[in-house]
Amino acid sequence: MKTYLCIVCGFIYDEAAGRPEDGIAPGTKWADVPDTWACPDCGVAKADFEAVEV
Amino acid sequence: MSAAQAQADQGLVIIGAGLAGWTTAREFRKLDPTTPVLLITADSGDFYAKPSLSNAFMQGRAPAQLVTTPAATMAVKLNVTLHARTRVMSIDPLAQTVATSAGHFKYHRLVLATGAQAIRVPLAGNAAEQVLSVNSLDDFGVLYAQVTGSAAEPGPTSPAPMAKPTRRVLIMGAGLIGCEFANDLAAAGWQVSVADPATSPMAALLPPGASAELRAALSELGVAWHFGATVTAVNHAPHATAHQRQSALQVALSNGESVPADVVLSAIGLRADTALAQAAGLRCERGIVVDRWLQTSAPNIFALGDGAQYASAADRTLPFVMPIMSAAKALAATLCGSPTELVFPLMPVAIKTPALPIVVAPPPPGTAGAWQAVEPGLWHFLDPDGQPRGFVLTGKQTARRGEQCKLLER
Repeated sequence: MKTYLCIVCGFIYDEAAGRPEDGIAPGTKWADVPDTWACPDCGVAKADFEAVEV
Repeated sequence: MSAAQAQADQGLVIIGAGLAGWTTAREFRKLDPTTPVLLITADSGDFYAKPSLSNAFMQGRAPAQLVTTPAATMAVKLNVTLHARTRVMSIDPLAQTVATSAGHFKYHRLVLATGAQAIRVPLAGNAAEQVLSVNSLDDFGVLYAQVTGSAAEPGPTSPAPMAKPTRRVLIMGAGLIGCEFANDLAAAGWQVSVADPATSPMAALLPPGASAELRAALSELGVAWHFGATVTAVNHAPHATAHQRQSALQVALSNGESVPADVVLSAIGLRADTALAQAAGLRCERGIVVDRWLQTSAPNIFALGDGAQYASAADRTLPFVMPIMSAAKALAATLCGSPTELVFPLMPVAIKTPALPIVVAPPPPGTAGAWQAVEPGLWHFLDPDGQPRGFVLTGKQTARRGEQCKLLER
């Protein structure tokens, strides 16, 4: 399970936690997050996220 | 090619390399890969997530680690000519030129992304000049060095706060930034005091119930509150030497209290930086006045970000991340020949206080009504017709942001 950092605002998407409030189940791989999903904190597109090692 | 021709080739000039400047460049490049773009900035131009500045200590991130993309990489990726560490002295809106410490440049279109400056109040005392404020990565580097006691250029290793003697930080201001820093520094092991003339944290933004929850959550982390009080003076502590483990500063409050501190951080708010625009004769009020297409009072000059006063936001400034993203997209389209009116979506603000996560969607300015507690962790701002026009979510309830946004958008 990896985590991904929003380069604009620092929001972290954690694959293990998913994003249930946006309909993304825990354990959802980053690749399976829809391209239309945007950062909940700042609105940037999925394409502007970066992988980070935690 | 002559120098004059080279100058004439400058199409788009952007002043400022914060989120507003770089995002404008990025959005512009998505639509127009060829028109020359020149970006001028007084700082390094390194790209970083500004909201990270107020939660970096807890994550053990040093200033250099907050840079997500170095300036040179940004410039190559976006095909932008970057003049970093360059000051813009003046703008000539008639000649369409900017005068900088690196020479004169002609623009076809100019974007002012000059941001805001931390508000500073004059203080008495022989150490008043030691008060810090953090509104940029450079500022954060100074705070980091003082708080960790490390050299000004920390290496890539994480700080080890617990291994050092406990240091005391006094924060002026219990607003959003003050509370985020209080949470971050307290969680990282420092002794934090917060002074604010209000009676509770984020009093201007939150209903009293939510504010009380935040106060309790941060108290639990060890934050000491001094409400109803402002800082009046900052002095060197008597007899403090570098060898003694006592606080270096003594902070005097308006209520007569005296609080020891090693670092004093001022977080009392931001004021749009309008100096350059004003000197160029552009209309400025609380910020650089822009219309719904982000144009200033001068032709071919646009503004966005913390420095702009938006017609699209009822003539307010919006010093948050989300408005910048919307503004940059609309502006890029306008600059590329499709005039696009800026319409802000509902923009809830996520407050990065992990001790009590909060999401706030404030009611539109001037909306009549009052906050009402709906259920634990949820408040609605109800207008006179009983319609919700804003919401606040705390703790686990923040997961319901999407649902609450839909409720407001109905």
